Amino acid sequence: MIVSAQKPWEEILGYLEGENSIFLLGCNGCAQASGSGGPEQVAEMKEKLEGVGKKVSGTMVIDFLCQKALVKSRLRPRMEQVAAADSILVMTCGLGVQAVAASVAKVCHPACDTVNMGGSRGEWKGDERCYECGECLLEYTGGICPLTACTKSLTNGACGGASNGKCELAPEKDCGWELIYERLKRNNQLDKLRRFIPPKSWDKMAPDPKVRATARWALENSG
Amino acid sequence: MSLKSSLEAGKFAITCEVGPLKGTDTTEIEEVAGLLTGRVDAANVTDQQSSVMRLGSMATCHLIKGKGLEPIFQMTCRDRNRLALQSDLLSAHVLGIENVLALTGDLPALGDQPQAKPVYDLDSVQLLWTIQRLNEGFDINGNELQGKTDFFAGAVVTPEADTEAKRELQFYKMEKKIANGARFFQTQAIYDPDTFARFMKRVEGFKIPILAGIIPLKSAAMARFMNKNVAGVFVPDELIDKMAKAEDKTAAGIEIAADLMKSLKGICQGVHLMAIGWEKKVPAILDAAGL
Repeated sequence: MIVSAQKPWEEILGYLEGENSIFLLGCNGCAQASGSGGPEQVAEMKEKLEGVGKKVSGTMVIDFLCQKALVKSRLRPRMEQVAAADSILVMTCGLGVQAVAASVAKVCHPACDTVNMGGSRGEWKGDERCYECGECLLEYTGGICPLTACTKSLTNGACGGASNGKCELAPEKDCGWELIYERLKRNNQLDKLRRFIPPKSWDKMAPDPKVRATARWALENSG
Repeated sequence: MSLKSSLEAGKFAITCEVGPLKGTDTTEIEEVAGLLTGRVDAANVTDQQSSVMRLGSMATCHLIKGKGLEPIFQMTCRDRNRLALQSDLLSAHVLGIENVLALTGDLPALGDQPQAKPVYDLDSVQLLWTIQRLNEGFDINGNELQGKTDFFAGAVVTPEADTEAKRELQFYKMEKKIANGARFFQTQAIYDPDTFARFMKRVEGFKIPILAGIIPLKSAAMARFMNKNVAGVFVPDELIDKMAKAEDKTAAGIEIAADLMKSLKGICQGVHLMAIGWEKKVPAILDAAGL
């Protein structure tokens, strides 16, 4: 179970600036259980977006978004709607956003912050890794997490240590920032590299006291 | 004249590098400081270079300043979180250190304490931003300081790259470093003045002083080693051949470094000489370059 929480509405709206048509993608797995990206929240989001004059080219809820093969096969019959959209708003955890961004050649905006793994790792094991940082940066990095893709977890760009695209620490590992560069270039979003990312608030990684007070938390963390 | 005044006056600046040793013996550093005073504008003091545990940069900066050599305090984000970084910056200011070079820092896994927990709470851009805040009289959370810092902050850039992504990422990051308070740049070692001139053309618009990195070659083997293992360093075959054929390797290494420095004079705002063990030969290299 991966606990995610929807980002503030103003932040999401900021990501969609200059875009008219959005495809909404939710997850029937953990995001539904977290109340951040299940069918109900996707329907709500559609209404809110239409309320501010955005067009929603289509909506879909898949179980689970962390499974890339499933994402690709389920989206195939809906590619016309996806193509008609300026971007996809992905309403799930950091794994799901990265899996969708890796599966579809489209700008993917994260609608949620991943708060905590809640005791287990992802529904489906893939290459994507989420740091559970509670302050999702995928909007600025082409849907590739700099905290997990970069060995130093740098948020403002590459360290300069890569050789032929590989990390200085492990020659078999791709430089995360070079992957981010290529993705942003493909998405026509290289300007995102100009944005200064301030020091992260690592305190957001600590679970919210409200979550800790729930019966679910007690059940999942007892013996 | 301080490094800041030299650069602001448009003087061709010369900086070099002093690497603290592993241990408490400071005899050599003091000797080197004596030799370099008056010959260079300032000396960088490395921060546990290559992630090998050594004597600290701040204490060494203080030491060489006492000998009359202006220090550039190298600060990496590898070992300290934001509390320690900010506190050390305040301490450095109190010790009279005026220049800071903000770096990300090598990974601990590459040094002699590979089991260490890497920190990287801040990155080099955020460290520059932090220095700027302290200079304005506030910590990074906006709390007011009783007495602010007054640092002249610098940063690094690698002019050569082996992929488009790496090259472009350097430019974007350089732009961010400038926006967040970098006032000068020192570069990774360069060996090809033409490639470097193209880099300078590209960053012309930033209007910021750039000190070209120079590492004197000691042998052909060293050049080959750097080509294979040091990211962003490309020694041309021609220079490797020259070193291989030279009977007096030291003289050849000094000559190559001096020639490079001469050819850079009209291109950039200074040179940064990283002698790596040859600190005592720095005056001879500068003599050969007519600097």
